Amino acid sequence: MRFDYHTQYREGFALWRSPFDRNLYALLLLGLCTLPWFMTPFMLGETAYVFILCVASLGLMSLTGLTGQVSLGHAAFIAIGAYGHAWFLSKGVPLPLSMVMAAMLSAAAGLLVGIPAIRVSGLYLAMVTLAFAIIVEQIIGHWSSVTGGFTGLAVNDPVFLGLSLSGPKAFYFFCLFTLVLVLVALLNILRSGMGRALIGVRESEAAAYALGIPVERMKAGAFALSAGITGLAGSMLAHHLKYLTPDGFTLLLSLELVLMVVIGGLGSLRGAVLGAVLISSLPTAISRIKPFLPDSVAKQFGLETFIFGLVLALFVLFEPMGLNGRWLKIRSFLESFPIYRKDTFKRNKRYMKSERYR
Amino acid sequence: MNDFWLTIAQLTINGIAVGAIYALVALGIVLIYKATEVLNFAHGDLLVVSAFSAWGLITVWGLPFWLALMITVLGVALFAFALDALVIRRIAGQPQFAGVMLTIALAFMIRGAVSMLFGPESRNYPTPWSQQSTQLAGLSIANLQLVILGVSMMVTLVLFFFFRFTRLGVAMQAASQNQLAAYLNGVRVKRVNSMVWALGGVTAAFAGVLLAPITLVDISLWFVTLKALSALVLGGFGSIPGAIVGGLLIGLIEQYAGVYMPDGTKDIVAYLVLIAVLIVRPHGLLGEAHGRRV
Repeated sequence: MRFDYHTQYREGFALWRSPFDRNLYALLLLGLCTLPWFMTPFMLGETAYVFILCVASLGLMSLTGLTGQVSLGHAAFIAIGAYGHAWFLSKGVPLPLSMVMAAMLSAAAGLLVGIPAIRVSGLYLAMVTLAFAIIVEQIIGHWSSVTGGFTGLAVNDPVFLGLSLSGPKAFYFFCLFTLVLVLVALLNILRSGMGRALIGVRESEAAAYALGIPVERMKAGAFALSAGITGLAGSMLAHHLKYLTPDGFTLLLSLELVLMVVIGGLGSLRGAVLGAVLISSLPTAISRIKPFLPDSVAKQFGLETFIFGLVLALFVLFEPMGLNGRWLKIRSFLESFPIYRKDTFKRNKRYMKSERYR
Repeated sequence: MNDFWLTIAQLTINGIAVGAIYALVALGIVLIYKATEVLNFAHGDLLVVSAFSAWGLITVWGLPFWLALMITVLGVALFAFALDALVIRRIAGQPQFAGVMLTIALAFMIRGAVSMLFGPESRNYPTPWSQQSTQLAGLSIANLQLVILGVSMMVTLVLFFFFRFTRLGVAMQAASQNQLAAYLNGVRVKRVNSMVWALGGVTAAFAGVLLAPITLVDISLWFVTLKALSALVLGGFGSIPGAIVGGLLIGLIEQYAGVYMPDGTKDIVAYLVLIAVLIVRPHGLLGEAHGRRV
């Protein structure tokens, strides 16, 4: 049994809840660092891909989860990051600088979408971002002098200080390093005034405004931050794909990102990572169980789509807090072992509340 | 000069025909949105379901077109009713985003199930008006498009009279304006809402069965949802006349853009309109102005 018993003000927003937590995460990181010596190169590449998706999902989480702004078009920012990075690399920009520039480019695009976001909210914002993603996809297809159009664009190998990062182990560590960097940066933003302002905007715009938070600036800033992180993920994805075509960045990718965030649990960074891991390992899991299914089901084309939809529907209906919520329940069960009450996390009955006149 | 006007006239006719489909789809979405405040992202997939079921009934079972249309409309209406009664209703009271996610999930499931049942290849089925066209003062228009225009207008008129003059229609209006007040006046809100879903299913079925012979029976039919969303925003979200005006305008704008704007604009002009309208005039052409209540 554990109590949160704070003796100092700063403990309220410490990076770790307890030394135990810190040691646990250190152990996890150590485990991830030794993983390459136990895995086949193929599995290693797939794990690196999961890390990339984790970064992208963290990007979307900082917008949808933390600031409460819906986006159904984040694939556009991945695409901008990926194409920008590939283009900068081909012009001879060194790797780290090129990644930063790609992230900045994506952040600028995010700001561009963030400005209408000030005027619209909720469903309208979902539609604006959706439309933006479709437009970006079409532009990439037609602007062939820069993006290679539908024939595609080859990406130069990642080289850092004369060291090639394209081998599976090197690329794995490269992705892991970026993921940890983004995670720590976001954790610290969350502890800072800006992070709290973002959460304030999510909870109630009017209340945040009354408390002196510049709501408009926060919304646009959240868009830029989120797009920047997602663009960073895009620049890594460019190296994973090695060859960029517009159909790698369709609406489906946007929706998959939203899936990750919702299934992970809106509002928590842990949820973003858990959701990305679950969603990106789902196709592999499905292909593993296919041999056990009857042929008439296993051979079908739409099975994956169906299962994605099913998982999402079940989460929305039965666990709106997502994987993170489930984890919190398990943890509080373990921490308060003999006296856990089933009703601790009981959902209140809620009534239909019209959002029409907001 | 004459040539120029001929082109314009031809484009206008094509635009109205395409716009009629958008209007019909947008109408279904706005009906459901007004009643239950759920933005139905699975609406396009109801179109897919009705197109595939019409294909199965016509080419596999060999039923005549009209019978197949009737069966499809009834079947999809029942399906939409069940969708609300069994699934969507459970998330009433949760934030709007939950509704978006749930309908996206259902859209994935329907799409997956349809492609599991029928396979990925696209197909076609005959209608009484396939391969025919009418010539009128130098303009040519496919008969199927005339039928689509007629059916859209008919459905709109029937809906108008239904909402105006029948008990159920008035009950639906009441429930969509204020659920609690409607309930206290004896409207069975849950059942009425499911019936609105069924009504949305009917419009989707008409749109799907009539659109599929033009575009091919294919999973990608659901993309018309996105165009319908542009139409809704242009006309004013949540306004039924707005949905129809917006649909027709989007159809016209697309046709003109295909000829008078650079290559590739036709595919994205609807979305450009969506963004522009939301920035400049968020309540659209006919929508009511939004007040902000704290």
